[in-house]
Amino acid sequence: MNNAANALTLEQVSIHLAGRPLLHVDATVAPGDVLTVMGPSGSGKSTLLAFIAGFLQSTFTAQGQVRLGDTDVLSLPAEQRGVGLLFQDPLLFPHLSVGGNLRFGLPHRSSQKSAQIAKALEQVGLAGFEARDPATLSGGQQARVALMRLLLSQPRAVLLDEPFSKLDTALRQEMRALVFGQLREAGLPALLVTHDEADATAAGGPIIALG
Amino acid sequence: MGSEQANLSAWQMLFAQPGLGRSVAVSFASGLASTALALLIVVLFLAASQGTWLDRSLRRLVSPLLAIPHAAVAFGFAFLIAPSGLMARLISPWLSGWEAPPDALIVNDPWGLALTFGLVLKEAPFLLLMSLAALPQLQAEQRLRLARSLGYSPTLAWLKVVLPSLYPLIRLPIYAVIAYATSVVDMALILGPRLPPTLSVSILGWFSDPDITHRFMASAAAVLQLRVTLAALLSWWLLEQLARRLSQRWLTNGDRQRGEALFTVTGRAGLTLASLAALAALIGLGLFSVAGFWRFPELLPQSFTFDHWQRSADMLAGPLVNTALVALLSTGLAAVLVVATLENEQRQQIHPTRSLWLLYLPLLVPQIAFLYGLVVAAERLGIRPQLALVVAGHLLFVLPYVYLSLAEAYRRLDPRWLYIAQSLGVSRRRAFWRVRLPLLLAPLLTAVAVGLAVSIGQYLPTQLLGAGRVPTVTTEAVALASGGNRRLIGVWALVQAGLPLVGFMAAVALPRWLGAPRRAPLNVQRQG
Repeated sequence: MNNAANALTLEQVSIHLAGRPLLHVDATVAPGDVLTVMGPSGSGKSTLLAFIAGFLQSTFTAQGQVRLGDTDVLSLPAEQRGVGLLFQDPLLFPHLSVGGNLRFGLPHRSSQKSAQIAKALEQVGLAGFEARDPATLSGGQQARVALMRLLLSQPRAVLLDEPFSKLDTALRQEMRALVFGQLREAGLPALLVTHDEADATAAGGPIIALG
Repeated sequence: MGSEQANLSAWQMLFAQPGLGRSVAVSFASGLASTALALLIVVLFLAASQGTWLDRSLRRLVSPLLAIPHAAVAFGFAFLIAPSGLMARLISPWLSGWEAPPDALIVNDPWGLALTFGLVLKEAPFLLLMSLAALPQLQAEQRLRLARSLGYSPTLAWLKVVLPSLYPLIRLPIYAVIAYATSVVDMALILGPRLPPTLSVSILGWFSDPDITHRFMASAAAVLQLRVTLAALLSWWLLEQLARRLSQRWLTNGDRQRGEALFTVTGRAGLTLASLAALAALIGLGLFSVAGFWRFPELLPQSFTFDHWQRSADMLAGPLVNTALVALLSTGLAAVLVVATLENEQRQQIHPTRSLWLLYLPLLVPQIAFLYGLVVAAERLGIRPQLALVVAGHLLFVLPYVYLSLAEAYRRLDPRWLYIAQSLGVSRRRAFWRVRLPLLLAPLLTAVAVGLAVSIGQYLPTQLLGAGRVPTVTTEAVALASGGNRRLIGVWALVQAGLPLVGFMAAVALPRWLGAPRRAPLNVQRQG
């Protein structure tokens, strides 16, 4: 795998709120690496993710370049950027089954969808959960389904918005290991925003402090 | 329409009408008094009952009560309070000594008292629903706890720390109620005075008069109606200022107990009585529709029969089809327009602006004046009265209610649902169909049910824009008012009351049937 071709590059990115500078980031994240952005609430961590993913509110203004390999991400609509999101809430669609949620993530033209879904569920210890209603799953199970939904969509980079903050301590350890392991295995560059030091340590990558 | 001279003589003719002053006075007074009474009932109820079982059970009754059309409530209420009605039967002869119905003009009383109380029955649930929708923004629970920790007793605490912030949020609905109540036609036809009737009923009469000079007079009277409603709104505003001045000292005088018992008792009794009256009114309609022989002081009919239902069945078919057609078309259009507006608002990140008042305009202008102008405009343009015109007229009144009931849920939907969908490679347009609409299915269906109920209950737009060629269950039921055949009225009013409930039941049942989520995920809090 060519590192430079798949890296996530933030070049002189700065975001302003009503003319007031909010943050400035200049960094490159290699495939399989996790860049952690730390800062208190209100420091604009989540705004940075919204900007990269294509959901920046019109009250903010932003400058700079965001590239995935050679692709200029900012010129693409959100759904074509190939940037996957993981939030602190698993946000499994309640009107779809577990299998339906995973199928929602699969690219339109992928082959053997059912087999891929079964395999993904098996990987996270949820084999046979396809027909279950997401509401009947525990918090940890939901988080694992959300992760697999993200990976099945074959993103080129992943943004993590405090993904472990709502889990209890034991589960948090387990999910950190699972998420970072899977991301490394898939060779995806990832950006993690958090205010938890332990998240940053577990991610094992460089750290940027905001605010 | 008409020259300067016709215009002038129309006004002269109007002011020469016998009893015009009385008509205006009754319209003005019944509108203001009913609104004040309904507001008082709702406010005291909320103050006295927060968190009690009475609160919870009446809250559940609010939507069904609100869905019952005005005409059906008016008929039921008339059956309740008439000299030979259920209330008189309940106390006769053991208490009242009446062996025959007393000779008193209770329904259609010259001062419009029956009309006023009938209006209260419809306005109280509306104001309650509007208050319940506004309350969550106020953190009433915390405020109450704080006030009580400072030694205020519960009801007084609510009145002193929650009400002052709640009132501005329900001001617009209150103004809408005043505008409606001062110009209502269907309820006034059933409960209001007869000679002279309220101004709005007079206008309808003159408007339908074949004599063209009466139509000139009707347009002058429509302008007068507009002024009466404006005067009522202005009076209310002045009362608001007065109440604010007078309550200023009371709010901060440190009194923590005085009046607590009185407020609590009236608060609980007021809305309970109003709800019981509405329920009893419905039961009355049901009893009359199946009553055979029914001698006066007997509380229940001596015999029951389905004759009235069978005889009405054939006549009901046409109006039922019209009612359903108009309701479905106008509500369908309204739902599409409202969803499109809200979706656009979300995509462009527009914050709801002041231009929305345009949407509420039909609710703040007296219906009869507004519609009269529409009819004249349609005639000018050569549009003949027909189904499409009626649907368009209904749309004007359905639209604001559909918007009001959907907007909050639409805006509150966590935007991350759509972020997730788009980050998974689904376009915005497809995310709207595959994520937004399924997640909003329940509130959307409720909004549709509200729209259907509003359309089903419309009397004046159907009557004026359809020119009698689009008879609906509502227009036919109201037309029965002058005949006085109570058994027939019972059948029609009950059908009219039942139709909106079908819509609400479908709104509750459909999501379950479609296998939609058990718990709506609308309240996932956003952090960070």
